[in-house]
Formats: sequence, C-alpha cells, structure tokens
Amino acid sequence: MRISAAERVATYVILIAFTVFALFPIIGILLSAVSPPEDMTAGFNIPSSIDLHNFVDAWRQGHFGRYLVNSVVVGVAVVAATTLLATMAGYAFGSMRFRFAQPLFYLFLLGLMVPQEGVIVPLFYDLRSVGLTDTYWGLILPQVAQSLSFGTFWMRAYFRSTPRPVVEAARLDGASSWTTLWRVLLPMGRPALTTMVVLVFMWTWNEFLMALVMVPADESLRTAPLGLAFFQGQYTSDFALLAAASVIVAAPVVITYVALQRRFIAGMLSGAVRE
Amino acid sequence: MATSRLTSTDETAAVAQAAAPARKGGAGPPGEPRRIGYLYVLPALLVYGAFLLFPLVHSFWISLYDWNGQTLATWVGFANYVDIVRDAELRSAFGHALVLIFFYAVVPIVLALALTAAMSRARVRGLTFFRTALFLPQVVAMVVVATAWSAIYAPSGVLNTVLQAIGLGALARPWLGDFTWALPSVGLIGTWVEIGLALVLFMAGVQRIPRELYEAARLDGAGPVREFFAITLPSLRGEISVALTLTIVAALRTFDLVYIATHGGPGTATTVPAFQVYHRAFETNQVGSACAIGVTLAVVILLVTVLVNRLAEGRDQR
Repeated sequence: MRISAAERVATYVILIAFTVFALFPIIGILLSAVSPPEDMTAGFNIPSSIDLHNFVDAWRQGHFGRYLVNSVVVGVAVVAATTLLATMAGYAFGSMRFRFAQPLFYLFLLGLMVPQEGVIVPLFYDLRSVGLTDTYWGLILPQVAQSLSFGTFWMRAYFRSTPRPVVEAARLDGASSWTTLWRVLLPMGRPALTTMVVLVFMWTWNEFLMALVMVPADESLRTAPLGLAFFQGQYTSDFALLAAASVIVAAPVVITYVALQRRFIAGMLSGAVRE
Repeated sequence: MATSRLTSTDETAAVAQAAAPARKGGAGPPGEPRRIGYLYVLPALLVYGAFLLFPLVHSFWISLYDWNGQTLATWVGFANYVDIVRDAELRSAFGHALVLIFFYAVVPIVLALALTAAMSRARVRGLTFFRTALFLPQVVAMVVVATAWSAIYAPSGVLNTVLQAIGLGALARPWLGDFTWALPSVGLIGTWVEIGLALVLFMAGVQRIPRELYEAARLDGAGPVREFFAITLPSLRGEISVALTLTIVAALRTFDLVYIATHGGPGTATTVPAFQVYHRAFETNQVGSACAIGVTLAVVILLVTVLVNRLAEGRDQR
C-alpha cells in the first residue's frame, strides 16, 4: 500500500501530540521538583536553575526514607509469596487433571473482578480483631490474596504452553512432579515469571486503599503512596517539596517500567481476560 | 491480540478435553490425572480463601445489618441495598460513576479509534518510544497522578495561567472546587490515564490487519470512512472489548484519585461508590451501608465484564 507524505506527517503529528499530552503532567512534576525555592508558585515551574535540595527536604521532613523501606518490605513479601503460591497453583491447573480443577480455577479468577471495596471493610474489622492491623502482616496478606488471582491465571497460561514432551522426558528420568516444576519447567519460564513479578510489585507499590485502611494509627508503617497523601495534606503551599516527594514515590516503578516496558504492557493488557 | 487468542484456545482445549477425556500424549493440556494437584493448589487456596473469599462473604453478611462498627448490629435485611436507590447521596455517587465511565471509557476509546483510523499503516520510526510514553500514565501511582493534576487545576495553576494567556481568563476557575466542573475535571484525569492504553491496544491491533484488505477496498473505490467501518472497526473488535473492560472497571473502581484530589467534594459533587465505601465505613460509621455498596460494586463489575465479553464473542459467531 502506498502512503502519501501527508498521511505520514499526520501520523507523526497525532503521535507526538498525544505523547506530549501523556508526558506533560509527569514532566511538570519533574521540573517542579528540581526548582529552587525562589521560583516556586503553586503550579508547575520551569526552573531557573537545578536545585536538588527539595529531595533532601522531602526525604527528611516527609520521612520518605522510612516509607520507602516499608514499601520495599511489603512489596518484596507480597511478590515472594505470590510467586511461590501462584506458581504451584498454576502448575497444577496448567499441567494436571483432577476433579473440580475447572471450578476451582474459576474461583481464583473471580478475584480479578472483585474490587477491594468489596472486601476492605470486613478485612479491617477481622484483622483488627486478631491484632493484625497496624502490622506488616495486615498489609501483606490481603494483597497476596488479591495478587493470587492474576498470578494463578498467568502461571497457568504459562504451564499450559510448556511442551508436553519435556515433562514426559523428565518423568521418564524419574523426576517427581516437584522436581519437574522447579528444575525443568520454571527455569524455562523466566520471561513469564518476570512479567508476573514486575506487575505484582507495581500493583503492591502503588496500592493506596489497603495501606490507608490497614494502618490506621501507626505512622511508622505507612507505605510511600500513603506517606505522599498525608504529606500533601501538610505541605500544600510548597509544591516543589510535594513534587520532589512525588518523584521519590513514582521513580522505582517508572524506572522498572522503562526498562521492561514490553512485559508491563503485555501483562497489563492480558488482565482483561476474564472468562 | 494475544489475550483474545488465549481465551479461544482455552475454550477449544476445554471442549477437546471434554470430548476425549482419556486422550494420551498429544499437546493438549491439562495433562494426566494427578491427585497431587490438590496439594499444589492448597496453599494458594488457603490464603485466597482467608483474605479474599471469606471477607467477600462476610461483607455480604455485614451488609444485611445496620452497624456502626462498635455496638451491637441490628438486622435490616436488604434495607441497605434499597438505600442505594433511595438515598440521594448514594444515587448521585452511582450517577457520578456513570459520568466517569463516559470520561474513562467512551472518550478515550472513541478518540483512540478515530486517531488510529487517521494514522497511516506506515511503519512508524521510534514506535517503542511512543508506546512507552503513551502507556506511562498507567504505571504511575494514582497518588502522584492526583498530585500532578491538582497542580494543573489549582486556582493559580497551569490551566488557568494558559487560559489567561490566550485571553480566556473569564473561564479560569478553581476547577476542582467548582460544583459544576469538579466532576468533569476528575473525569478528564481518567481520560488522560486511559487514552494511552486504548491507543497502544488499537495501534497493535491495526498492525495485524492484512494490508490486502485495504488495497482491495481502495480498488473497490471505498473512501476512508467506508474503509474504517468495513475493515478497521470490525477487525479491532477484540481490542475494543479488552479496552472497554479495562477502562470501565477502572472508572468504577476510582478511589485514590477522588480521595486525594477532591475528597468527594465540593459538597458531594465528585463522590463515587468506592469513595462512599471508605467514607461510610471509616468516617461516618455506617458500616452496613458501606458493605452493601462494596458488594453492589463487585456485582456491577462482574456483570460489566461478562457482558462486554459476551458482546464481543456474540458478534464473533455471526
């Protein structure tokens, strides 16, 4: 098909216009974050010089060092637990046949559609009654449960795609199902695994409602997004500080995303498969 | 689209399995019968059951009571659900959710379709860059998105500054504090978040339409509009259904954005169901009502997902 120069130009104009639209708020935050105090207004700024002081101030005044540690602890725990449990469940659903496998799998898929708002209220009261609110556990366990839906769905798809002869060969060599999983199938599945790990990490890192509800009193357990929300309430007038804090909160996920964008996009779009 | 393909292979596999349960060898998963499967599923099921399924059932149970979170609860049957229709505040919350669906789903998808049609099928240089940038709003924490857009909408923020600079200063207002404009302003943030997703999906989908179809259409004298409705739109059905599901669900689940940018205000101008769940359960002690809203929201999301998928499949079979 021949394409005229006008069509080609139109394509780039559209793409560039929407890219600018998508990046504008993010670049605005970045620029404001490095603005020296004398430039500051309530909105975005083009800095007259680059000043990294805001990051230091936000880090100290907003306790973001502490909040980032919490986010890392919760994120790593959720990812590790989800990976282990979802791999095992996905392995069973994807490569074995047993009674009720289908309905059980659908039960897991249900979680893809249940919004947190549908479970958060009893979760809070139940976990409070066993003393798990204001602890890392209260943040970790519900998010593992939520991530297991996607994880199981995702790993099942991977195990279904693994070549049967490989499994049979391992079996003939006398490998147990456990050995086959960890020694044979999983090493082959590193791409699928990586996608799941980065997505679950992102969802956990960005999670807001769970952190807001499960940590009602103990400020030292706030995660980074929660810390930012409270910080915003306190420092509405100093936007440079707020912007610096925003950059700190968003950076870990954004950097990972830029490095692995293909996996992020493919994985997130697959989340729509529900039936 | 890899996803729609996934679904259909799933179904074929299920059918094949039902038809020939004893089939040996072959490529068709799932493999042979193994009771040990239960053991592999069990740990996940325990965590999932305790922290998702049980709370969901418990949520429904609480929703049948009038409870303030502390003293004894009173059984009220389905009164909390009736309230969703009767209570003006709740009705407006669900109404606002519909408005958000317009901004999160309809606007981005229609716009992205139009843009996809306007783009030529030429190979774009730097496609990876464009795709990464367009999809970026999807991965930035909502708290950060809300902070950035609050600065844009602030009384002396970017939007008002621009309006004044181009002589439209009369339109300037505190966007998020304005009874009429707060909800559309929040909605526009949703448009910003979702449009990239729709564009990335549709651009990928269009790449897979065989060029010959367009060439044939042009030979038949079809103009760009005919071409769009006869070829592009039907070919993108799978992508459209994925985009619809993801964006509608995102609209219905809006919480962070409203909590941070407006806290439901001014008045109740931007209150949404998810915000009402939090507000009632943890700010005004109407726990039963909060659970009823949560359960209703879950059911609505389930219905929307199934319905959108059915629509896409139904047309497939014709």
